Amino acid sequence: MISQSFEYTAPKTLDEALGLLAEGAKPLAGGQSLIPMMKLRLATPERLVDLARLRDLNYIREQGGNIHIGATTTHYEVESSTMLRVKCPLLSATAACIGDVQVRNVGTIGGSVAHADPAADYPATLQALEARVVLKGVKTERTVAAADFFVDTFTTALEPGEIVREIVVPVDPSGTSYQKSYQPASGFAVVGVAARILKSGGKISQVRIGVTGLSNCSYRATATEKALEGKAGSAEDLRAAAALVAQGVEANSDLHASADYRRHLATVYAERALIAALAKA
Amino acid sequence: MATIATKPETFVGKRIRRREDPRLITGTATYVDDIKLPGMYYAAILRSPHGAAKIRSINIKPALAAKGVVAVFTGKDTEHAGMVPCGAALPGLRVPPHHLLAMDRVYFVGHPVAAVVAADRYLAADAAELIEVDYDVKQAVADPEKALASGAPAVHPQWPDNTAFTFHQEGGDVDKAFAEADVVVKQRITSQRLVPNAMETRGVVADWRAAERALTVFTSTQAPHTVRSLLAQILGLEENRLRVVAPEVGGGFGSKIDTYAEEILMAFVAMKIHKPVKWIESRRENFLCTIHGRGHVDFYEIAAKRDGEITGIKLKIIQDLGAYLQLLTPAIPTLSVLMMPGLYRTKNVRADVVGAFTNCMATDAYRGAGRPEATHGIERMVDMLAAELQMDPVEIRLKNFVHNDEFPFPTATGLVYDSGDYAAPLRKAMEVVDYTKLRAEQADARRAGKLMGIGICTYGELCAVGPSPATPVGGWESAQVKIEPSGKVTVMTGISPHGQGEETTFAQIAADELGVDIDEILVSHGDTSLVQYGIGTYGSRGTAVGGTALYFALQDLKPKIKKWGAMLLDAEEVTFEGGKCTDHKTGKSVTIQEIAAASYRAMRLPANTDPGLTATHFWEPPNFTFPFGAHLVVTEVDRATGNIAIKRYIAVDDCGNILNPMLVEGQVHGGVAQGLGQALWEQAVYDDNGQLITGEFTDYTMPRAHMMPFIETSHTITPTTVNPLGVKGVGEAGTIGASPAVVNSVVDALSPLGVRHLDMPLTPEKIWKIVSKAAGRTA
Repeated sequence: MISQSFEYTAPKTLDEALGLLAEGAKPLAGGQSLIPMMKLRLATPERLVDLARLRDLNYIREQGGNIHIGATTTHYEVESSTMLRVKCPLLSATAACIGDVQVRNVGTIGGSVAHADPAADYPATLQALEARVVLKGVKTERTVAAADFFVDTFTTALEPGEIVREIVVPVDPSGTSYQKSYQPASGFAVVGVAARILKSGGKISQVRIGVTGLSNCSYRATATEKALEGKAGSAEDLRAAAALVAQGVEANSDLHASADYRRHLATVYAERALIAALAKA
Repeated sequence: MATIATKPETFVGKRIRRREDPRLITGTATYVDDIKLPGMYYAAILRSPHGAAKIRSINIKPALAAKGVVAVFTGKDTEHAGMVPCGAALPGLRVPPHHLLAMDRVYFVGHPVAAVVAADRYLAADAAELIEVDYDVKQAVADPEKALASGAPAVHPQWPDNTAFTFHQEGGDVDKAFAEADVVVKQRITSQRLVPNAMETRGVVADWRAAERALTVFTSTQAPHTVRSLLAQILGLEENRLRVVAPEVGGGFGSKIDTYAEEILMAFVAMKIHKPVKWIESRRENFLCTIHGRGHVDFYEIAAKRDGEITGIKLKIIQDLGAYLQLLTPAIPTLSVLMMPGLYRTKNVRADVVGAFTNCMATDAYRGAGRPEATHGIERMVDMLAAELQMDPVEIRLKNFVHNDEFPFPTATGLVYDSGDYAAPLRKAMEVVDYTKLRAEQADARRAGKLMGIGICTYGELCAVGPSPATPVGGWESAQVKIEPSGKVTVMTGISPHGQGEETTFAQIAADELGVDIDEILVSHGDTSLVQYGIGTYGSRGTAVGGTALYFALQDLKPKIKKWGAMLLDAEEVTFEGGKCTDHKTGKSVTIQEIAAASYRAMRLPANTDPGLTATHFWEPPNFTFPFGAHLVVTEVDRATGNIAIKRYIAVDDCGNILNPMLVEGQVHGGVAQGLGQALWEQAVYDDNGQLITGEFTDYTMPRAHMMPFIETSHTITPTTVNPLGVKGVGEAGTIGASPAVVNSVVDALSPLGVRHLDMPLTPEKIWKIVSKAAGRTA
């Protein structure tokens, strides 16, 4: 539980940080995953660049129908932001489910998505929101859709030297809900399902479902989405659509949940998320 | 001289705030890791990554050459430095030689292989990684039933059957009882391995002064005097030059009764390098290398008459011992045997214990130590018997309880239950929930398709450990009371509290006996150079044994106080009350402060009386005490997920007289949390290679505040006859009562699906599988 020695730098500007990262240093944000891994010596970075102190990465602001969230915004800041609670409640509700109070006070949205833990909560919601992730390198800046950003377990579209600069989510008029089965020891999601529903003329006009925890990577459950669009949204409609949520997905298995149980939980929590989202749509 | 005789406030029985808390909640308490001695070095321990392996070679050179390293020790260096002690004795017990560092083999993941000493803890940890160990990995066996099967790998090559001991105990005529039974119920019941997880991990600072031949060891322990006596024997040191200090200790739950390899090793290292050395256990090491609890596979048979009268119990216990025997390891399942009849009258019992070696950390005493296993077993069996006979679980219990007029009650296992009214807490719990109405609600819920359960546990436990002949190191306790010249009162107790709150309860006792304010009292403990001698804190003995020793020390002091009072008042006879000696003929009185001052100034002495006001009392308890109680739990199972919701938790405990209700409630709350932990979440899982796969808090589910139900506590009070305080002990009651109450409740919830037993922990997936299988059957 004692990490190897490492060099620590807290740069004052983003450019300075990116310069150090380009030289091979590893970024540190809230440290809620990296520090425990270092203490167990599962991660042994030689140089850490602390991004959490960069003021210009900490913001939540609305711009042209979207909300931009700086990478070092803490889960608590996302959870408690009045703007997000009104204009993108799915994201703040998801942040409220992460870890515990201590983790939410320190952990950051940028650090969480860059780490891409397959059981993290944000990915389900970012998939459902069709969020975009802005990646910044020394001389580059590019925007990647959430669906393309999350590639595999602990693997994202980030290139060496790049960091997550901000997350862009839409101002969201949908009825939404995030429902998760908690892994009781860690607080991560055994499965987590984010649902967004728009209604028009008494029928469901658009559905977006994001799933985390079930497999190696978060995903959009498009079969469930399609099954509901154009439907009235009866209890039976929701159940039938939820049953499709794990279709074609290879489920994870561990001490806390076998693959079969995880698949089952995905359908249960999908149905619960759909019911709750529809009630608000 | 003062003449006003108003009796000050009394303290026993009141909700007095813990006097320990200001230093704890302000972060100013001194734990082992807060101790920094001049010139101190730091040790890191390299541990085996394998469950079983031969060590071909160890190359320490890279570590010795590393920055800041002053010494590296391996098994060869410590071969003659003594062994880690096992204090329990059973006939034919095989005790494996337990060296401080591995010799030619490692027996479990975490087995200490080498110790590196460096200028700071970071350099020590870095250097430990540089040691090259060539392991020849062998097949491990981590499951006790597999270890006992023929052809299993031998944990210790000299004992291929992996059997450390067998133990048999029998009372009455079991064969006759079973032959004449109307019904026999059998069940295999497990009580899984648990990690005690004290909030503070272990830690040691050892300081050797060669010129004085004096060794001081600061260690996070529950039993500092035991550590001192054992260290003196093991290291060949003079006991009176050895000082062991348990500074602030952040919990133990039994895991810090042991004298561990690291305590001996750090003393050895300090004596080698002639410098103080510190070792602080990491949380990972705490999971791997501090004793575990439970680890039972039990095979129960219970015989009964058709009317529900229990006539006999048979029990076979397979105890997972781990690879080594720590201080009390083999004794723990024998405590289960002692308590196997529970609160029930049956006189026909037979128990057979097999102690199985496995390639795991040793098991030993963990909150309840043998009694939770026994209570879980009998309380599950009684429920299964009730189901078999279609009786209410309340009815079958009431039918079999020891009657109130049968105390002191000699049990089939040779104990004598001191006092009891076993139906009282059960009736109280039923009253709290309105049991008849609750069963009606359950019937309605079932009709509505809900899985609602009501579970009852009526537990008995063995506390106030204990009469000396029944313990490995003595079971008495001691107290010294010193009234200082200013009249302030210093109490030194032989127990070693580490969260229980005796600095408060003992001050309450002393304040009331001396008739002074509680702020006049200071209770000290945990330092062998201050305290006369003591056995320590475990087995719910602190107040019942240590508090009684204090009570008697205070009684010893009173005649002397009165002699001084009489002399000062020039009276033939005085009373001592309210902190004053009073001559009722003249109405004059003299305060304890004035008496204390006179006794130390000693210008005049009463006849046959020495100066000073101190008394020391060592008290040997004539028996254990036997608290009891009833826990009642209402649960609801979510069919879709298997999640269990605890709707109500009622704990009615009878621990005899209550000195401080707030502390008793705290003990019940904490105990219930750990019992719920076992029932629902916690499990130390080793894989087939002996790797602990729940070795982090991210996988080992400790109960958290937000997972706890509201606990409705109340009490009945049946004082013990064993000690004059009438107190029985409450440290382990919650843990013992909780797990069977919860499991009985969930089994009751699932009984419409044909469920009669579930093994712990009741994980949602386990429940979901049962529910979905049943749904498949009915669909």
